[in-house]
Amino acid sequence: MILPFFIIIPLLAAFLIALISGDRDYWAIIISVIALIALVALALFGFVTIRNGTMVYETAAWKLPYTICLVLDAFSAFMLVIVSVIGLTALMFSVFYIRHLSASWKYYALFMLLITGMNGVVATGDLFNLFVFMEIGLFAAFALVAYGAKAEEFEASFKYAIMGSISSSMVLIGIAIIYSATSALTMATIAQRLPQNPQVVNWVGGLFLAAFGLKAALMPFHAWLPDAHSSAPAPISSMLSGVFIKTLGVYVLIRFFYNVLGAPPIFLTLFMVLGTVSILVASFLALGQWDLKRLLAYSSISQIGFILLGVGIGTRWAILGAVFHILNHAIFKALLFFNAGTVEMVLGTRDLRQMGNLRKCLPYTTATAMVGTLSVAGIPPFNGFFSKLIIIIAAVHAGHPIYAALAIFGSLLTLVYFLKVQRYGFHGERQIDKEGVRIGWGMRTAMIILAVLCLATSVLFLPGIKETILGPVVTVIENKTQYINQVLGGGL
Amino acid sequence: MIVYLLCFALFLVGIYGLITKRDLIKIIIASGIVGYATNLMLILFAYRKGAHYPILEKGKMVTSQMMVDPLPQALVLTSIVIELGITAMLVALAIRLYEKHQTFDITKIRRLSG
Repeated sequence: MILPFFIIIPLLAAFLIALISGDRDYWAIIISVIALIALVALALFGFVTIRNGTMVYETAAWKLPYTICLVLDAFSAFMLVIVSVIGLTALMFSVFYIRHLSASWKYYALFMLLITGMNGVVATGDLFNLFVFMEIGLFAAFALVAYGAKAEEFEASFKYAIMGSISSSMVLIGIAIIYSATSALTMATIAQRLPQNPQVVNWVGGLFLAAFGLKAALMPFHAWLPDAHSSAPAPISSMLSGVFIKTLGVYVLIRFFYNVLGAPPIFLTLFMVLGTVSILVASFLALGQWDLKRLLAYSSISQIGFILLGVGIGTRWAILGAVFHILNHAIFKALLFFNAGTVEMVLGTRDLRQMGNLRKCLPYTTATAMVGTLSVAGIPPFNGFFSKLIIIIAAVHAGHPIYAALAIFGSLLTLVYFLKVQRYGFHGERQIDKEGVRIGWGMRTAMIILAVLCLATSVLFLPGIKETILGPVVTVIENKTQYINQVLGGGL
Repeated sequence: MIVYLLCFALFLVGIYGLITKRDLIKIIIASGIVGYATNLMLILFAYRKGAHYPILEKGKMVTSQMMVDPLPQALVLTSIVIELGITAMLVALAIRLYEKHQTFDITKIRRLSG
């Protein structure tokens, strides 16, 4: 039974770190690196072995439907792999980066709690348990956003915490309505009983769309994201933008609206509209930014729009594109935030106008930033091109040519504002020659790993590989009855 | 029915406070009120008029139909603890913001924009 260890390992690591590390951070680093390597191994093992099956763990020896259950299927295993891989690279980056803020174990303990929250949300099969893990993750996120202890960071964290508590209340109201309608909290049982009651479906769907849309930073609910993601320390920005908004927002939206509610058409249309609005408006807002991390944060909103557009179209191809884009966006956005963090650490500024030609003083950062830019802007053969291509083709096939055209336009805008980043930020006219610039090998390795992954994940586009790796994930999302039967049947 | 409306009114009071108040402490209190309304609603959903407390006693036959549903009460306990944590976090942030700016007024604190 590997399932509970996805939660036990990071939670135990967080408390061990708090317990045994003294003033210095050596023990904290060792424990968290071991924990994350174990998580990567477990997640990969889970993803390879699970295929089309489902693994169900019933806690405390109670039987379904009375127990809180943990569920591992292809979709959650896929998300667990993303969380742990990005987590490991972010940790490698932080070991060298965070020392210039403070050398304290607290950062690592909070980091492990963040991972606990995300793994818990992804692995659980119980709605209230999902709420609890979401709060664990959010707590850690609020504290980590304010970790740099500057005035702006406290302000961003406060804003984030208020928005987070509103959305948590909405989630709780939704859970209360579901419970009163179905007398169940296990998602599979809810999926069996809820659709008989279309009025409740609409109410709960609306509440959850707003609540988790806020977590995913969909366009009308996005106001907290640019502040929080640009104020946090760089490795935390990459965790938040790369995986946090996806596990708490997009994953739960997909899981709930597809596997529990059975993809009601009205909400799919809403996904498409909100997704397209996010793509376009966030791209225009990003165009006007001069703060590098803020620009990247707006770009995250627009890329989440692409994912939700794919989810909203709802054909097999579109979902495949959305799932593929979840993976790709996690990789290239984490990479770009690492680049921004390195530049900020060396030059002491995030303003694009004060950067210049960085090729001499930061060769690795400049090269990997170029890879990240090409990926996010959708230039072949990098991964971003293929996932966007799949989503756009799927939109045309499903009979939504207008959405496809708008998505292409949004993609071009992405290219424009990232050309601005390259033109001013990394290949500007001002020569910057700082003597003795040294970034740690961990930071460099983390960036190179992600840059290689940007290229390597494009092979998922090849037909055979695509079906074996992304196929089972899409099957899980599409197939509501299979989810119910496998979970309530105790897994395969 | 009237209790549900009152509960909803409490929720709206909280939202009103969150939107209109300019003082950090008042915003924190408003977010607390939103949380109380949510918890109250969970308890109201579980309540059955004239029902028993959900404890099985010897020599007393009570079927589950005549009991108050105990699960939402357990949920509310969890959610109260979570709210306590969030409030503590918000207050801590408000204190640190006060140290930086010497004021609780958010219009004077605002440095970040949307």
